[in-house]
Amino acid sequence: MTNEFIKQKLQAKFGEALSEWGEPYGMLTVTVPRELNLKVLNFLYDDPELAFRFLTDLTGAHYPDRKGEELSVIYHLHNLVSNVRMRVKLYTPAAQPDVYTATGLFSGANWMERETYDFYGINFLGHPDLRRVLNVEEMDYHPLRKEFPLEDQSRIDKDDDMFGR
Amino acid sequence: MSEHQHIKLPEGSIGKTTTTLNLGPTHPATHGVFQNILELDGERIVKAEPTVGYIHRAFEKIAERRPLYQITTLTDRLNYCSAPINNMGWHLTCEKLLGVKTPKRVDYLRVIIMELSRISDHLICNSIVGVDTGAYTGFLYVMQYRELIYEIYEEVCGSRLTTNMGRIGGFERNFTQAAFEKLERFLREYPGVQKEFESLFSRNRIFMDRTRGTGAISAERALNYGFTGPNLRAAGVDYDVRVHSPYSSYQDFDFQVPVGTRGDNYDRFLVRNEEIWQSLSLIRQAYEKVQAFKGAEADVYHADAPEYYLPEKKDVYTKMEALIYHFKIVMGETEIPVGEVYQSVEGGNGELGFYLVSDGGRAPFRLHFRRPCFIYYQAFPEIVKGGMLSDAIITMSSLNLIAGEMDA
Repeated sequence: MTNEFIKQKLQAKFGEALSEWGEPYGMLTVTVPRELNLKVLNFLYDDPELAFRFLTDLTGAHYPDRKGEELSVIYHLHNLVSNVRMRVKLYTPAAQPDVYTATGLFSGANWMERETYDFYGINFLGHPDLRRVLNVEEMDYHPLRKEFPLEDQSRIDKDDDMFGR
Repeated sequence: MSEHQHIKLPEGSIGKTTTTLNLGPTHPATHGVFQNILELDGERIVKAEPTVGYIHRAFEKIAERRPLYQITTLTDRLNYCSAPINNMGWHLTCEKLLGVKTPKRVDYLRVIIMELSRISDHLICNSIVGVDTGAYTGFLYVMQYRELIYEIYEEVCGSRLTTNMGRIGGFERNFTQAAFEKLERFLREYPGVQKEFESLFSRNRIFMDRTRGTGAISAERALNYGFTGPNLRAAGVDYDVRVHSPYSSYQDFDFQVPVGTRGDNYDRFLVRNEEIWQSLSLIRQAYEKVQAFKGAEADVYHADAPEYYLPEKKDVYTKMEALIYHFKIVMGETEIPVGEVYQSVEGGNGELGFYLVSDGGRAPFRLHFRRPCFIYYQAFPEIVKGGMLSDAIITMSSLNLIAGEMDA
């Protein structure tokens, strides 16, 4: 199964809705509209030839420069029979980061989505238990967003004898 | 004391017929920092609610301002039972992004180190399963051979647990004679020890009664939960990253992927033991291949990638280019090419993946670790439901949960 074959299959099904096709380092990458994410994942899962039935990884990213679609969710899928990997991405506005959950397809998506919610604040609609997983529940921000820069290592206004700063 | 003192009980706790038990986060039997709130009916588990994150250290955030070579130290602290695999996985990710091609000898040396760490990882896991079933002997006995593995690490890179081993493109120095001697000693002595370890457990009546049929998961559920590594293979799926997406020249080796059938604690134990034998065979093959390099080839221990590989100190003092590269690398002033890369390695307990996005800056724009532990631990409530509390403890060990990897 070649990347070209997957691409044609997806294009035949979803047409122009899919964009930003690419093959960075050999892995087929495609961007789907955020309201179509479940449809695409379902199609990739159910189609007997594509059969992307293993969710390797699900994570988020924050691109502050992409105005109106700052947050991203990235799925890494794997067809274990043909041994092909592919990457599905979607973008969502930071103001309303609603994305359908993939927990119905993959039980393993549960904590990965919780982690993505925890760090990026992406609201997975239909998730059975969308709570923070690694950070404390009282936290009221999403720390991996780019508006939280790491501390400037050269700052001198802190008086901390313990750690020699 | 006033007799009007009242303790405020949670709603519904008087009529409740089950017991709530808080296991962890620092319980000696959990072998790591994670908490489980268990709902018990007698000794049977009705519901388990795992909480993780007690040692979350925000590695993914920290990595966003570090040059690539400084991130190696973060990967050490993921699965600290097999830190060199994480280090090599990270170097492979960088090499893939930067387009650095490593020489064969480096690949084989890496295979030796990665398989050694796989053995030490499985060794800990299996001997801890022994401890939890009441047999301390195995744990104490094999520990001296883990020590020997750590001594080999020490000869190669200078440290033992959090190794920070290697560089982008290879190793920081060639393996010393002492390292090879220790490796030979390990290859000579360890098979006997492993045999004894297995004869202590594998057909032991008590051990089998405790582990067979407990903590089982079907292949279908395991795949759906995103299991990888020995835990998935114990359920009967022969997925191994070393075979499916070979890295570091694993395609040059001849080895088998052991699988179980029922995915219970006993199968996981057997699969890990068999993998140790396979790793030993891989180390032997790799060592033979390394020894076959003669002359100048035998001194190759890194790729020719001056932009990313730290030059030798004596060159820094005498050569202009070396000085420039030394400065740029140490100060983290090397621009990383724009790109998006996913690279995975077969870690001690499954597919350890690195998803790296670079926007052309000096540090990754986004780095995500796919931590196998974190992904399969969510199946824990389903696995232990209906089982005994004492079996849940064994299941926890036999899944090989490493808090450092889970929390990143």
